[in-house]
Amino acid sequence: MLTKIVRTVANQLILFILIFGLYVIAHGHLTPGGGFQGGAVVVSGIVMLLVAFNSKELKKSIRERVLSVMESTGALVFAALAFAGLGTVFFYNFLVGSPIFGDIPPTGPNPGNLWTGGYIPIMNYAVGLKVIAGLSAVVLALALFASGEEMEE
Amino acid sequence: MDFLTTNAPILIVAIPLVAAFIIPLLGQKGDGVRNGFTLTIFGLTSFLVAVLAVNVHDVGIRIYAFGAAAADLAVPQGFIVPVRIIFEVDAMSMFMGIIVTTVTLAALIYSLHFLKGQTGQARFYSLMMLLYVGMMGLAFTGDMFNLFVFLEIASISGAALAAYRTNLADAVEGGFKYIVISAISALLVLFAIGILYSEYNVLSIAAIAHFIQYTHLDMIALGLLGAAFAMKLAGVPLHMWAPDTYTVAPAGSTPMILAASYMSMYALYRVTFTIYGGFIDTGAIGWAVIIVGLLSMFVGVMMAVHQTDIKRMMAYHAISQGGYMLLGLGVGLAVIANPAALEAYGRDAMNGGIFHIINHVFYKALLFMAAEAIFFRIGTRDTNKMGGLARNMKWTTGFYIIGALAIAGIPPFNGFASKLLIYESVLKFNPILAIVAMFVSLVTLASFAKVFYSAFTGPPMPAHKEVKEVPKSMIVGMSILAVLIIFFGLFPGLIVDTIVAPATNALISHASYINAVMGAVP
Amino acid sequence: MQSVPANFPFLASALLIGIAFYIILFKRNLIKLIMGIAMLASGVNLFIVALGYRAGGNAPIYTNVPPGPMVLSVPQALTLTSIVINVAVLALMLTMVIHIYRHTGDVDSEKSRKLKG
Repeated sequence: MLTKIVRTVANQLILFILIFGLYVIAHGHLTPGGGFQGGAVVVSGIVMLLVAFNSKELKKSIRERVLSVMESTGALVFAALAFAGLGTVFFYNFLVGSPIFGDIPPTGPNPGNLWTGGYIPIMNYAVGLKVIAGLSAVVLALALFASGEEMEE
Repeated sequence: MDFLTTNAPILIVAIPLVAAFIIPLLGQKGDGVRNGFTLTIFGLTSFLVAVLAVNVHDVGIRIYAFGAAAADLAVPQGFIVPVRIIFEVDAMSMFMGIIVTTVTLAALIYSLHFLKGQTGQARFYSLMMLLYVGMMGLAFTGDMFNLFVFLEIASISGAALAAYRTNLADAVEGGFKYIVISAISALLVLFAIGILYSEYNVLSIAAIAHFIQYTHLDMIALGLLGAAFAMKLAGVPLHMWAPDTYTVAPAGSTPMILAASYMSMYALYRVTFTIYGGFIDTGAIGWAVIIVGLLSMFVGVMMAVHQTDIKRMMAYHAISQGGYMLLGLGVGLAVIANPAALEAYGRDAMNGGIFHIINHVFYKALLFMAAEAIFFRIGTRDTNKMGGLARNMKWTTGFYIIGALAIAGIPPFNGFASKLLIYESVLKFNPILAIVAMFVSLVTLASFAKVFYSAFTGPPMPAHKEVKEVPKSMIVGMSILAVLIIFFGLFPGLIVDTIVAPATNALISHASYINAVMGAVP
Repeated sequence: MQSVPANFPFLASALLIGIAFYIILFKRNLIKLIMGIAMLASGVNLFIVALGYRAGGNAPIYTNVPPGPMVLSVPQALTLTSIVINVAVLALMLTMVIHIYRHTGDVDSEKSRKLKG
């Protein structure tokens, strides 16, 4: 546990880091970013919390069962979207032209339309969820492991 | 059925991948549910592998382009190079796929009882499924970067499996050595992929083979790829990780990590024969492979003779037998530009080398499983502490005898057929190589006979008088491999004509591989 | 930027890979070995991104980009995949080193070896 100033500032800053990370995930098909990059930003916020508070304190707030379910959900949504195009070919972008994320983007430089891309934005969310859950589980497990405890099964 | 045949290449890789993520969720409901689910999924995957094997035998090369409008549309409309991720299955890929699927099936059945009492069992089955996905992806890929990704998937899963028993100090050390070597070798592969991409601006193997001119940068890339794959397949002098890793891996995962090394060997052959095949006019590359093979054979068997740990001895023998495969394919590679020599003995050498891969994986997996069975009952791997096991463990002794006779090349087991092919063809190429190969075979038989006499016959050790036979699931797993060994030994001609000769043709004729993707583009 | 030679990223990448190989081959501490592998990964990633550069090019995105040529975008995708894989590999290696330290009390590779011969 670090001093009260550090803890208070960390508590306030985590909100902004979370919002920025989710922004990077959501705009992955228009600007640089996407699933892994945004997830890594959010996990860096969690590492900041880990440094400010104890790993034992953080283990009370972040339960391992929730992380495991989040991770599996991300993986299964990604796999379901990939299999859903199997009517034509695996990984076929079947949402282009449909009402969900289906606009066709204009060619050339343009201000960017968030509703384009087919199933790519949804896959970005799934991958971002999986990366947040997976990397924070890794970081939390390493911190607990080095300080002598184990994570529960 | 048509749907299954068309989509089989991707379903074989995707279904175990999804299952690997579902298994931890199911594992919370109980062991029986999880084991049943794993075996069902793997049974379905094995059926799909059989369907695809029959299809490739009839049709030739199968392509699967991800995200295209149709499965075999590799080059999109208006393009002249393939831009999508492609799976390309030819006879050699299917051959390696059959090996991997059979060994995984035997290993899964073998591991069912082995893990009772261990924690984290759901992760073991997840990791085995991920290792299977990595190896099958490596077999089916038609794309250089996908080769890197699947190589890394197989390496990470293999290292986590090797270090699974974290309560033992040497298990973690073996896993650590494996992951360090795999990480360095995969980064060298990525460097070579970068060099090839910067020159030709395409990533798929068929397109690179179509556009390649043999510049200096290409030779550097070939050297890097050769070094990286030699590290992964435990060829001397880069073999130091293999004895440690094969010794400590638990239960059925040792045969699978072994199979992963031979998938790296397949990747080496795919790169040298298909991409660089049109430019090999001297024997230099072939001789490099032959020399690595000779060193592996000799050093492997000499280090194996004086080991006291039974699995470590078998690991050194795995290094030595890998040398036989490199020898056979190296002779083929050395004469590939010379059609007369190729027809006289080159094809037979390659047939022998490729046939030896499947034989070796089967009998080495059987031997490793027998050694782990002994460890399961006695708790030690030291041959000085074993004795008289044949009285109580009859099935295990029988399997050990089958494996030992197969590895020494005694008829009617399968080692004899492939070794005879290698001896005959290599003798016509250069007699010294054949003499070294036969000498290595003699020493192999000697070391296995020594362990047999000390561990299985003789008076039983006082501490282990009451050992019982191993559980039924382990016997079933071992007997699948034993039946296949005997079958391959009795009908070698059938096996060579059906699955080995098409694989040799697929490797030699790289033009058909390129045309399957690029069409008739000039 | 005329004073920087055009091959500067490739020189930097070669330097990183060279230092990384020196560390991997000659340092005995296991943590330093892991750092060496991370440095090798950085060198290879830099090489791959640098070979996509085209002179005067902009970022390969369409949102509010000025007109003109763009740099190649495929090497950037390859590098991202490679970074993700290396994160997983490094996490696995660090966990194994913690286990080795717990069992043998030392992270020196000569003193913590159990498997020899």
